[in-house]
Amino acid sequence: MLASFIALLKRDLTLAARRRGDWLNPLAFFVMVVTLFPLGVGPDGDLLREIAPGVIWVAALLATLLALDGLFRADYDDGSLEQLILSPQPWSVLVLAKVLAHWLITGLPLLCLSPLLAVVMQLPAKALPALLASLMLGTLTLSLIGAIGAALTVGLRRGGVLLALLVLPLFIPVLIFGSSSVIAASQGFAIEAQLSLLGALFMFALVLAPMAIAAALRISSE
Amino acid sequence: MFRWFHKLASLKNFYRLAEILLPWLAAICAILLVVGLYRGLFVAPTDYEQGESYRIIYVHVPAAWMSMFVYVVMAFCSAIFLVWKMKLADIVAEVSAPIGAAFTFLALSTGSLWGKPMWGTWWEWDARLTSELILLFLYIGYMALRSAFDNRRTAAKAAAVLALVGVVNIPIIHFSVEWWNTLHQPASITKFDKPSIHISMLIPLLMMAVGFKLFYIVNMLSRARSVILEREANTAWVTERVKENRL
Repeated sequence: MLASFIALLKRDLTLAARRRGDWLNPLAFFVMVVTLFPLGVGPDGDLLREIAPGVIWVAALLATLLALDGLFRADYDDGSLEQLILSPQPWSVLVLAKVLAHWLITGLPLLCLSPLLAVVMQLPAKALPALLASLMLGTLTLSLIGAIGAALTVGLRRGGVLLALLVLPLFIPVLIFGSSSVIAASQGFAIEAQLSLLGALFMFALVLAPMAIAAALRISSE
Repeated sequence: MFRWFHKLASLKNFYRLAEILLPWLAAICAILLVVGLYRGLFVAPTDYEQGESYRIIYVHVPAAWMSMFVYVVMAFCSAIFLVWKMKLADIVAEVSAPIGAAFTFLALSTGSLWGKPMWGTWWEWDARLTSELILLFLYIGYMALRSAFDNRRTAAKAAAVLALVGVVNIPIIHFSVEWWNTLHQPASITKFDKPSIHISMLIPLLMMAVGFKLFYIVNMLSRARSVILEREANTAWVTERVKENRL
């Protein structure tokens, strides 16, 4: 089981390394969305500092959403998804490998890029650990929840907008706790409560989401 | 018990049962709504704090209750459909979604109407209004997903999975929004939850609540009958009924 998990992970990472656009484009999108805000609301440092946590978090959420559409698409189109479903390994474990690979190629680079955007948005340096920790837990959870929507819409020709409709309401708790932890940190308050709740959401999604994703993929590839 | 269950599950029997029940339920529903509205709007005493504008609760509160109730019904039917492949459960979930969305919209708009005289603004990022708005988004997503598939069987299963995912998330969303709200807003807003409500106000409210529930059932049954006719259009019993001109 572990061997097949690792094999699938490796396969997805290799594929991603060969198709750079898949993971570079959402990153460029993330940077551009954040850049739009100073242009939209004006270069006033105090205002930017105040809205920075929310802006960075919403941009990260939208970038995750953008990357989600391609999560199962290629495998669905070339038929390898059906082969995976038919394999004797537990399907929800394989699904988890795919989601983890997806997070490694979209969530992790986003995490690495976020300090840069924090500087651009005038976020105080003391909020940086909170931003990284909350984005780490948050994007993992977003990938898990979003994969349910991606699995449900993979069989549809134009699933992109529909995917957004399905998963954005489900992203709200993660957004609330994620951005509020950064806000609290930038004002010098403790952030244990927010991070614990984000961790709880992650654990909850880790246990339940793979089952829902597996069921949804079975339905979509019927 | 199981035989009764199987009998009801047959679309033909359900169609017949709904046909018998509908006029009675519709009549009781109409009486309850008319009497409840009359007692709520004209007989019940004026609130000493909120004046006459509190009377919108006779529409707002039952609508808000129904908005959540219908989603739970949808999720419950979706679970039954996924486990036992019972067609009727899928039909009930399908026809409930637009009704639930309408109740949610009604709760939102009456809440906003009440907010204008009470809070001085049409929209306040109050925890309950916000969760209700997100619930509306969930309904919209459910209906959008269902209508996106060409194949009805796939649509039914995918929508059922989404309804279950949604119902697990509703409490999480609700509590996170409440937490967000207390964090960002000073507690200056007078909320709706009164510890006690006078009996002369409570009776019309309960009548309206039961009336709304019956309204949902009547609506759901008549919509379900249309969907059954559409899905069973090629069966013998429908053709027979069409011939005899009694649908």
